[in-house]
Amino acid sequence: MPRKQACLLPLLVSALAISSCSRGDGPSSGRLAMVRSRDQLLCGVNGKLPGFSFVDRTGTYRGLDVEICHAIAAAVLGDGSKVEFRELNPAERFTALASGEVDLLSRNTSYSLSREAKGGNNVAFAPVVFYDGQGMLVPRGSGINSLSDLNGQSICVLSGTTSELNLANRLRERSIRYTPLKYQTADQTFTAYLQGRCAAVTSDRSGLAAKRSSFPVPEAHVLLTDQMSKEPLAPASVKADTAWADALRWIIYALMQAEELGITQANIDTRVAEARADPNQADLRRFLGIDGDFGQQLGLAPDFVVRAIKASGNYGELFERNVGSASPIGLERGLNKPWNQGGLLYAPPFR
Amino acid sequence: MRARIPWWRHRRVLPWLIQAAAALLVLLVISALISNLVVNLSAAGLLLSWRWLGTPAGFDLGETLLPYGAGDPYWLALLSGLLNSLRVIAAALVGATALGTAVGLASFSRNALLRSLARVYVEVIRNCPLLMQLLFWYFVVFLGLPDGASALHLPGVVLAKSGLHLGPAALVDGVWRAPIRLSLEFTALLWALVVYSGAFIAEVVRGGVQAVPPGQWEAARSLGLRPRDSLARIVLPQALRVIVPGLNNQYIALAKNSSLAVAVGYGDLYSVAETTLNQTGRAIEVVLIVLGSYLLIDLAISALMNGLNRLVQLHER
Repeated sequence: MPRKQACLLPLLVSALAISSCSRGDGPSSGRLAMVRSRDQLLCGVNGKLPGFSFVDRTGTYRGLDVEICHAIAAAVLGDGSKVEFRELNPAERFTALASGEVDLLSRNTSYSLSREAKGGNNVAFAPVVFYDGQGMLVPRGSGINSLSDLNGQSICVLSGTTSELNLANRLRERSIRYTPLKYQTADQTFTAYLQGRCAAVTSDRSGLAAKRSSFPVPEAHVLLTDQMSKEPLAPASVKADTAWADALRWIIYALMQAEELGITQANIDTRVAEARADPNQADLRRFLGIDGDFGQQLGLAPDFVVRAIKASGNYGELFERNVGSASPIGLERGLNKPWNQGGLLYAPPFR
Repeated sequence: MRARIPWWRHRRVLPWLIQAAAALLVLLVISALISNLVVNLSAAGLLLSWRWLGTPAGFDLGETLLPYGAGDPYWLALLSGLLNSLRVIAAALVGATALGTAVGLASFSRNALLRSLARVYVEVIRNCPLLMQLLFWYFVVFLGLPDGASALHLPGVVLAKSGLHLGPAALVDGVWRAPIRLSLEFTALLWALVVYSGAFIAEVVRGGVQAVPPGQWEAARSLGLRPRDSLARIVLPQALRVIVPGLNNQYIALAKNSSLAVAVGYGDLYSVAETTLNQTGRAIEVVLIVLGSYLLIDLAISALMNGLNRLVQLHER
């Protein structure tokens, strides 16, 4: 009998130990150090959106969102391939981020007040990597030419997205009565649309164009010209870890700045050599980490910019390769041009 | 001479001591988990709050029993979702019981075709995951239905891609109009739940009937009762004692399975909760509401079934 009591004692001690050690210091502090010690970046992606993040025929992840993860892994860990992708649906994404299951979201997520605010989703957004807007895809020849033709119809939408809210708001403003059909995954949403369950399907215009490219007959569907919302798509991380958010922000700005300076994946080595040889190019030398301590200030290697560009190229290259007019998605750059070419991309100065 | 036994080894005291130690351990683990939750949540600025329930939800629902619009608060959206869940659960309970009883009794039929059809149905349905069946029924069968004039129609029932129409239906401008229109999503979910739960209920009914000793059948026959009367008056009343507790399990499972509605776009409680969670970021509160609701639904079903169980038990004097 005394032996039985002796057994309970270690149990009690271990219960106390659980209670003390699991407390830790919050779910998110020191994410940068955590990524380094893990030697791998956990990137939450959509995984099912051609052009942004999808699995190609060889089984590797490709797309704009995916390559941003590669650039971040290169800048932080020195190797762009050290990324593990986690596919997240819209409903899971913020919970996965808040619980620390992923280091960042790089999955066509719209930047908005309630998502950033402390009382809302409380995430920190990196710079916008794609300026998008919500659109409506309808079968060609269905007689639907604008939103007002949708009165009394069913509209398919992915549940838990800003698309769902915008749809309600835009149609309410115009007193259009409709039935929303909400599905949990994009595949289900577009299957229901293709099966004719709904007269239209709504999502971000880029997403609709990307999905359309994988339809059996892409030409049989048209995008309505109505732009239903502003959808600035941006990567996101947890709010509590500002050091990590800063690192992400400036890695992405570096990709934009590189395009502005004409630095590409192909010419990065010659540009570094030139800058090294010419002490008068002070801005460029600082940007490339030859002078100054920008990398150190962010907790990154001095040449983090060079590493990121070597892994993925500058923003323009990323765009053209994945979603640009030469790719199967075929999107114009539109607002996604640098500020000095009439677009909205504007990296603050590296100084 | 006997050695004095220490007080704590008394057979009245010792069990109490062990129980108290076990209870203390459980409490410690629970309090550790809760304090962990509170510490981490407050670090992330996410301590429980319920104020968001009163703010406008901003999203529409496909079908509601309540007058709900996008400007109404979250609690009304969640309530509409709950009523949608209850609606499909109630209809599926009735349908699955009828189908299950019919199939369960059919497995005793003297007609070999009917008997083997019942066996095949039960074996196929209960060995496939419900989610697969639901996706199959909705995306393959129901979404493959024709619409307009070529829809399946019987007097009073029209099944088209636009939904299930009950009552005298008329085709107006290629659209069916009828007094009652059930959405295709509701119909598909109801159908899948009835077919799936029906297979399990059939087994419960079959087991219950088999539990009645064969002597009862023989006694009924020797009294000159026809097979139908022997079943209805002698065997089923005795079988119910075995069937009802088993049914309770199946009913509870059915209520919980209804949350798969989200896969086919039916706006049940879980579907509304998912949108709510996403828009408010209140994961813990929303999950608590959903868990609490299903717990209440299942406790209510259990209470009803326990009442029924007391009615059908043998009352010995």
